[in-house]
Amino acid sequence: MDNLQLVISGLANGCVYGLIALGFVLIYKATEAVNFAQGDMMMLGAFVTIGLTNAEYMGLPFWVAVPISLGLMAGFGVLLDRLLIRRMFGESQTSVVILTIALGFVIRFVAGLIWGHEPQTLQNPLAGKDIRFGGLVLGLEDVAVITVTVLLTLSLYLFFARTKLGLAMQAASQNQLAAYYMGIPVKRVQGLIWGLAGMVACVAGILFAAKGAVDPSSGLLGIKAFAAAVIGGFGSLPGALAGGLIVGVIEPFASRYIAAGYSQIAPYALVLLVLILRPHGLFSQIRLKKV
Amino acid sequence: MSDPILSVRNVESYYGPIMAIRGVSIDVTPGRIVTILGANGAGKTTLMKTISGVMDPEKGAITFEGDEIQGREPHKIVERGIVHVPEGREVFPLLTVEENLTLGAYTRHDKAQIDRDRDLVFSYFPILAERRLAEAGTLSGGQQQMLAIGRGLMGGPRLMLLDEPSLGLSPRLVQEIFEILARLNREQNMTIVLVEQNAAAALDLADDGYVMEVGRIVMSGTAQELSASDDIRNFYLGVQEEGARANRRWKRRKTWR
Repeated sequence: MDNLQLVISGLANGCVYGLIALGFVLIYKATEAVNFAQGDMMMLGAFVTIGLTNAEYMGLPFWVAVPISLGLMAGFGVLLDRLLIRRMFGESQTSVVILTIALGFVIRFVAGLIWGHEPQTLQNPLAGKDIRFGGLVLGLEDVAVITVTVLLTLSLYLFFARTKLGLAMQAASQNQLAAYYMGIPVKRVQGLIWGLAGMVACVAGILFAAKGAVDPSSGLLGIKAFAAAVIGGFGSLPGALAGGLIVGVIEPFASRYIAAGYSQIAPYALVLLVLILRPHGLFSQIRLKKV
Repeated sequence: MSDPILSVRNVESYYGPIMAIRGVSIDVTPGRIVTILGANGAGKTTLMKTISGVMDPEKGAITFEGDEIQGREPHKIVERGIVHVPEGREVFPLLTVEENLTLGAYTRHDKAQIDRDRDLVFSYFPILAERRLAEAGTLSGGQQQMLAIGRGLMGGPRLMLLDEPSLGLSPRLVQEIFEILARLNREQNMTIVLVEQNAAAALDLADDGYVMEVGRIVMSGTAQELSASDDIRNFYLGVQEEGARANRRWKRRKTWR
């Protein structure tokens, strides 16, 4: 029973990692760049929502604030692409990576200036409630986190598989040049992907801040999410989510059964293992081009 | 002769500081197949990219059906009716055949017409209908080439730019694909610009031809005229000369130099 409890709280944590990893993968697939500010965008999304919702700030109703912050973060993603990333077009990937790392710092400090460095919790309708299920006590928030993540992943999956825009996004990531030849406006599509990544980061942020407390350095969680993305094969959406869940579930078990100090290593040890045994990740989508 | 559907006038394109095409002019008559011959690096692909808007020319004008289209965004040019089937096929490997075709029609919105065109593509390439749910990356090279052409057709073009459709294919497949191109030209009245290294096959299929060397057009004419020309026979078709002069082939100069 204890173990089941650990699994569920691990899954809830893992969902947040998975959503951040999803953001990594979205942008990596579409633009071949790694956005190391993804974790900080998650944190920013959390603080934007806190700023709109919490009584000490604007005090808007939760269900009004959420769509607004989703919209704001989507806009932030699009703007980021338009103003910064697109200008780096043709530069080496390293420059883009360094740009996003720097961007992460900027977001962290700006968030600290606006909302302070104290941990804060998002005031939400589910706070503090729990469901009892046999001998199991589940935080309603944990359940909500898992549900939202599953729904979001499902709708992203359907969006990519069924809509023309989703297909075009996949196409632009698989073969940018051919996408141009087909008349797909690649730059606009990439801007939209940044918007989507901003929105996914915002959802992750909302879930994170509803479950626990967020402070400006929470964005560093992005590192764990990056590990999750690597485990999932960096390029596959379901892989990213699965990677996140794996990391999330391993953590509580490691801290329970392995001596403190070593337990924090567990997720990264797993990354090493995966990289050695399955260098393309657990759910890779790598296929050779035929001549 | 009717007015050209496409006319390229004195176009110059650069890769950074390197001038890849140096003042190229070609005319394409509607309903005809025009081939552009030339060795590697002659600028054929650059010319195609410049027409389809993937590259912008520094100078010159490109007129399609009376409109100047040089320097426009590629998706505007696809909407305008020119589709570029790139060298090396460039299918979307992880998408299915059907999804690849759907994306070929990305710029179009008339669903009924798109469905008709999909059926048309399947009628020309039955193998694609058979494998419509397979991921494009799992197709053979020839099937991928067919998919690339079919995906191009889905854009509803009036002019198709085909870059090296024979690349890496067996002679039998090349013949099969060229026969389909001939049928498309005849039955759909599709105007085609064909870039080829396989000069014999290309001249056989085409109505007109141009020869490019180091960024310039050095020769033009109908396909028959080109096939009959000594230079083309020697340097592109690999026909051996008879008699004493054959031994001195290394001394021969192309007459346009």
